[in-house]
Amino acid sequence: MSKRTDSNGYTMVFAVVMVLIVGSLLAFMASSLKPNIKENQRIEKQQNILYAMGVNENDESSANFVSTSIAGEEFKKYIKKQLVIEGDQITESEDAYLIDIKKQQANAKNGKIRKLPLFVGEKDGKTFYVAPIYGKGLWDAIWGYVSMDENMVVQGAYFDHKGETPGLGANIKQRYFMDDFNGEHLLTEAGDFKGITVAKGNNDPKNDDKNDYEVDAIAGATITGDGVSAMIKSDLSLYVPYFKTLNP
Amino acid sequence: MALISKKDAALIKDPLLDNNPITIQVLGICSALAITAELKASIVMSVSVLFVLGLGNVVISLMRNIIPSKIRIIVQLIVVATLVIIVDLVLKAFAYELSKTLSVFVGLIITNCIIMGRFEAFALGNGPWRSFLDGIGNAVGYGVILIAVGFFRELLGSGTLLGFKVLGDPIEKTGLYAFGYENNGFMLLSPMALIVVGIIIWIQRTKNKSLIEEN
Repeated sequence: MSKRTDSNGYTMVFAVVMVLIVGSLLAFMASSLKPNIKENQRIEKQQNILYAMGVNENDESSANFVSTSIAGEEFKKYIKKQLVIEGDQITESEDAYLIDIKKQQANAKNGKIRKLPLFVGEKDGKTFYVAPIYGKGLWDAIWGYVSMDENMVVQGAYFDHKGETPGLGANIKQRYFMDDFNGEHLLTEAGDFKGITVAKGNNDPKNDDKNDYEVDAIAGATITGDGVSAMIKSDLSLYVPYFKTLNP
Repeated sequence: MALISKKDAALIKDPLLDNNPITIQVLGICSALAITAELKASIVMSVSVLFVLGLGNVVISLMRNIIPSKIRIIVQLIVVATLVIIVDLVLKAFAYELSKTLSVFVGLIITNCIIMGRFEAFALGNGPWRSFLDGIGNAVGYGVILIAVGFFRELLGSGTLLGFKVLGDPIEKTGLYAFGYENNGFMLLSPMALIVVGIIIWIQRTKNKSLIEEN
């Protein structure tokens, strides 16, 4: 290495120039691609909600969304109402699906009223109520959408994650895990909220027992599974008052 | 004249066996443990590292005469992080599905010690073409081990390969499971990845005694 590059002055200038170039390059890329990324995320939310209520292109074992090109139309077709529940007030909003659940959870912590979005969908004459949930797994955020009937029996679930371990916690978005939730009850017979626990060793690997409030856990993904149980309990329990109004 | 001279070909061939980044240099172990529970994840990670290491080595090699030696590690880190973030952004904008599969790996690629190791040991002192070959060679050497470990962990831990149930259905008790075979859940946990890598190292050194270090 030549002498020139060893001087303090050169090092300083190099560092400053490098930071300027890299910083502006990244800022330029991020802001010029932002509209595309935002649009992709918006479509993904619609696909997630539709997936939970059973509008998807699943084959035998893999989970497939409706294609991005028709997601918007399908969303309009199947989702009849988008409700925003704020305490006792229920309003309809076209953009309820864009509500940021993480922000609403933070609002609730700060003593503000949390906006609870709920999507009412209809497919083959059946009504589905789809609610978003959000929590934390082992490494980062996990979230999902759960569709229920008016008795809070799960009709479909979609989970996703930001950075769970591939092959272990990341498998919460696999069919074999998500499908186990179908038909599980969230309320006890008395009508109290019980939730669904992702349980190890529940002697029900085929998940035949739909009244045990448990689904079979993934081996090696204990903390992610606990995160799923926790977000179901904390977020879906908030909808209980609304469902009570459906079955007075 | 051949496309690649003999000396250059060694750059690709050596890291595959006798100078393998994982089994000989014992670099990149952290990602080898973290993501090899499934074959698919191993393959995705191998391809990502191949891309980043090949490109990163060329960029560092082009800059090798102007990088101040005092801050070279930071410069290397910035180059690899910038590359990975740009790729991630472009994928998010134009291939969203693919980016979701890769998002988990982004952090792991940036902190992969093989990448820093090759920048420091090779690209800083060699031309772009040789650096490119070195990057490809090391990434493939890394990938081969990753895929081998992923293969055994997924096969013995979940009884599947790339998600296909090759040994039968453990719940319906078909195939091998009908004879009382059980999946070894321990294979899914990180310690087993270390043990599998250890076994590979053992086999390799038994085959080639010159690799055994003298104490």
